[in-house]
Amino acid sequence: MRRSKYEKPAPRAGGGAKTSAMIASLAAPGQRTKPAPFGHALVELAGTRPDIIGLSADLSKYTDLHIFAQAYPERFYQMGMAEQLLMSAAAGLAREGFTPFATTYAVFAARRAYDFICLAIAEENLNVKIACALPGLTTGYGPSHQATEDLAIFRGMPNLTIIDPCDAHEIEQVVPAMAAHQGPVYLRLLRGNVPLVLDAYGYTFELGKAKTIRDGRDVLVISSGLMTMRALEVAEALRDDRVDVAVLHVPTIKPLDTATILREAGRGGRLVVVAENHSVIGGLGEAVAGLLMRAGVMPGRGFRQIGLPDEFLEAGALPTLHDRYGISAAAMAGSIRAWL
Amino acid sequence: MTTGLPTGSSTGASPEASTERPRAGSNVPLGERAYRIRRHALRMGEVQGQGYIAQALGISDVLAVSYFHALAYRPGDPEWEGRDRFLLSIGHYAIALYAALIEAEIIPEDELTSYGGDDSRLPMSGMAAYTPGMEITGGSLGHGLGIAVGMALGLKRKGSKSFIYNLFSDGELDEGSTWEAAMSAGSFKLDNLIGLVDVNGMQADGASTGVLNFEPLGPKFAAFNWFVQRVDGNDIDALVKAFDAARHHPGAEPRIILCDTRMAKGVPFLEARERNHFLRVEPDEWQRALAILDEGRVK
Repeated sequence: MRRSKYEKPAPRAGGGAKTSAMIASLAAPGQRTKPAPFGHALVELAGTRPDIIGLSADLSKYTDLHIFAQAYPERFYQMGMAEQLLMSAAAGLAREGFTPFATTYAVFAARRAYDFICLAIAEENLNVKIACALPGLTTGYGPSHQATEDLAIFRGMPNLTIIDPCDAHEIEQVVPAMAAHQGPVYLRLLRGNVPLVLDAYGYTFELGKAKTIRDGRDVLVISSGLMTMRALEVAEALRDDRVDVAVLHVPTIKPLDTATILREAGRGGRLVVVAENHSVIGGLGEAVAGLLMRAGVMPGRGFRQIGLPDEFLEAGALPTLHDRYGISAAAMAGSIRAWL
Repeated sequence: MTTGLPTGSSTGASPEASTERPRAGSNVPLGERAYRIRRHALRMGEVQGQGYIAQALGISDVLAVSYFHALAYRPGDPEWEGRDRFLLSIGHYAIALYAALIEAEIIPEDELTSYGGDDSRLPMSGMAAYTPGMEITGGSLGHGLGIAVGMALGLKRKGSKSFIYNLFSDGELDEGSTWEAAMSAGSFKLDNLIGLVDVNGMQADGASTGVLNFEPLGPKFAAFNWFVQRVDGNDIDALVKAFDAARHHPGAEPRIILCDTRMAKGVPFLEARERNHFLRVEPDEWQRALAILDEGRVK
């Protein structure tokens, strides 16, 4: 519940944590990172794919597309702050045989340009790749920039493939895979200095495949996006409590890898927790819940969701907000302990 | 083409200058083409007993000039890479475009009786996946001009000399996306883009300028850096001149032809109806309309 604007907040020492900058990294202090993995992967791919075109709606620097624009200025189109045009023009370029990567923020693609993505792109199954920064709660700028419901919005769109990658290692593999896929793709993009985690697990991305990153007997965390790296931290933390946590990473939200999810969720007497950087409504959690229900699979120790509440979230510092809304590693570990 | 790019869904022919105009040079006068387009449309309207027939009758002259004077295309190969692209942003005008595509022999005339029926290639709202010669899915208004911008950019990348025509309506001027696209077309200097606006003065809730006043329209597009012409959209000679001027205009600007048309043009008793956005036509009136049209046929 949001505080009344007429109620003066209690003073905080030092004014409290500051709002994280729009370009703030999600990386924890000391965490390994890679800069602009999307931009660099796209440049590398473009060397062998002359059909790849970049389009931005005045946010190239904030979606890492500026790396591509600098490398291939003649293949970059600045469409202005006009997301409806961005998507329509991308559809037009795809119709002429090109593979446009259109970038903006997730809120603008999902809320503002939906009809254009739906009718101009998806209905015709056109080869447009939509890469959107600031998915879920990855900015402290408030609801105008927090795409907490983008998966709920996009999951209902036929033909659209939806990818929620975890880290820089995965993004580097997602870019060529989404370009190779015939049809529209929505990518929840992590931008700037992006944490590097999954390389240490020997992970490789495959479109449409969920993968077990680590196995465990007590809890199965099914997660996507940055919540997979949180889940891996939680698994380490809970080891001290003698709780054995498995992590099943589901980067492709649609089409869902139903076989793997059913197999893992149905295995043994585990608590199944779906963790996502998204509202608990309409995202991976409800997708998995619906799948398990339809298949008659009830996890031995129950089913829980970790995700953002059905609210317009507050502004502020990202670490504060991740704690407040239960998607920090500490908050997530606390939730799981309480459920066991 | 130096980039080794795919040539889209075409037959793989390399882009050619769109000087090939298979339909031009035909001995059939444009007035006769317009008459036949109206006739095909009325016959389709009769099949369903309803439809956007007033728009179809109003835009038939523009379609006749488009398909039988201006556009390069191959009837047997609707996705020929060298064709001029004609986008129907106003999906509900599908009945009009089908009539033109039938006249252009892109769609067989005997398919006309399937209009709006189950499994027909001629659904009531235009969709690219259904119909040969239908370039885009319209219907959600305000999409066409933005798609046209992307296609115009794409054609330029491929070194194509083809034009993109986008037919939209005065009602679509209400949509903000139309103006996003208009501003970008001017900014990108898309001289291969020709916009056609059907200014028929009527939209769903009533008279267009009463719904939202878009006038003065010409100066708006001029201010967005377009080459603007405004013509009587039911005057074939004026349309021919305007299309020629649009195609041959030397400036690096997108071109727009604002076509003032009369709803239900050619069938006076339908023209006289005030609420004609979705025209009510009684079952016996279709044959009467066809008879009147036949009487007024331009020889």
